[in-house]
Amino acid sequence: MSEAAHEARFAPGARVKVRRMAPPGHLRTPWYIRGQTGEIERLCGAFANPEELAYNRPGTPRQPLYRVRFRQRELWPDYRGPAADTIEIEIYQHWLEPAP
Amino acid sequence: MTTHEHHDHDHGHGHHHPTRADHDDRLTHWQAMEIAVRELLIGKGIVTADEVRAAVEAMDARSPAQGARVVARAWTDPAYKARLMADGTAAVQELGIEMAATKLIVVENRPGLHNLVVCTLCSCYPRMLLGLPPDWYKSRAYRSRAVREPRAVLGEFGTSLPDHVEVRVHDSTADMRYLVLPERPPGTEGWSEDRLAAIVSRDSMIGVTRPVA
Repeated sequence: MSEAAHEARFAPGARVKVRRMAPPGHLRTPWYIRGQTGEIERLCGAFANPEELAYNRPGTPRQPLYRVRFRQRELWPDYRGPAADTIEIEIYQHWLEPAP
Repeated sequence: MTTHEHHDHDHGHGHHHPTRADHDDRLTHWQAMEIAVRELLIGKGIVTADEVRAAVEAMDARSPAQGARVVARAWTDPAYKARLMADGTAAVQELGIEMAATKLIVVENRPGLHNLVVCTLCSCYPRMLLGLPPDWYKSRAYRSRAVREPRAVLGEFGTSLPDHVEVRVHDSTADMRYLVLPERPPGTEGWSEDRLAAIVSRDSMIGVTRPVA
């Protein structure tokens, strides 16, 4: 695997919004999380982009991968559970943009 | 059963019992594809039939006992637990468990926090530590409901959590694999690692249950 990787743009604690896009092909960003705003929990490292790997392309430069934490009540307006409940999910950097 | 007995049962009282269909009486598209690709790989000499068999055997041989060993070590050795939380991949390697292409993140249950693991996109699962995932883990019902109404799902597994406990769902969608480190139950003081490992179930390491002494 090539060592080339995009530089990580986000630090733990940063507010980020998941891009609301629907490109064709193999994706690893579930529908329910697109357009949602959360907080970077940690940087997991940089990995070959699975959207490219799926088509036998190298997926480089590698994409930083983050765990992003979201509030359940913000994802599901009718969520039945306390406000503290959360969900954490791995999102690649090219799906994230800074949020206020 | 002897031929004679079989004859008696089948025809002795004048009618046929319905026969339950065999699981493999009809191949799905993907099953046929798997057989076709496997036979081509073997036919072209890229792999041998025995290598395929050995790989299946190795996959089947993995069991939740591996994960239970890791949990029991973390419960009894604070320094090991610290290493496990800091770098799960390296810490399980100390016990001879290789994570292969993925990395391991261990998430710890504690008073006020309960962790639950799901893969909404497919069935990502820490197979090196827990073996093959149970069928329910791969079902659409679990995959969609674990993120949408985790407390209701936990309730169906007999795990009822009060509101002051945060439920944190981990959707395993990419290159990480997750293992829940359950809370060590009260009444297990002084237990050996082996005895502790015996109460750590697969389900408790996915986060749908909690171990009891």
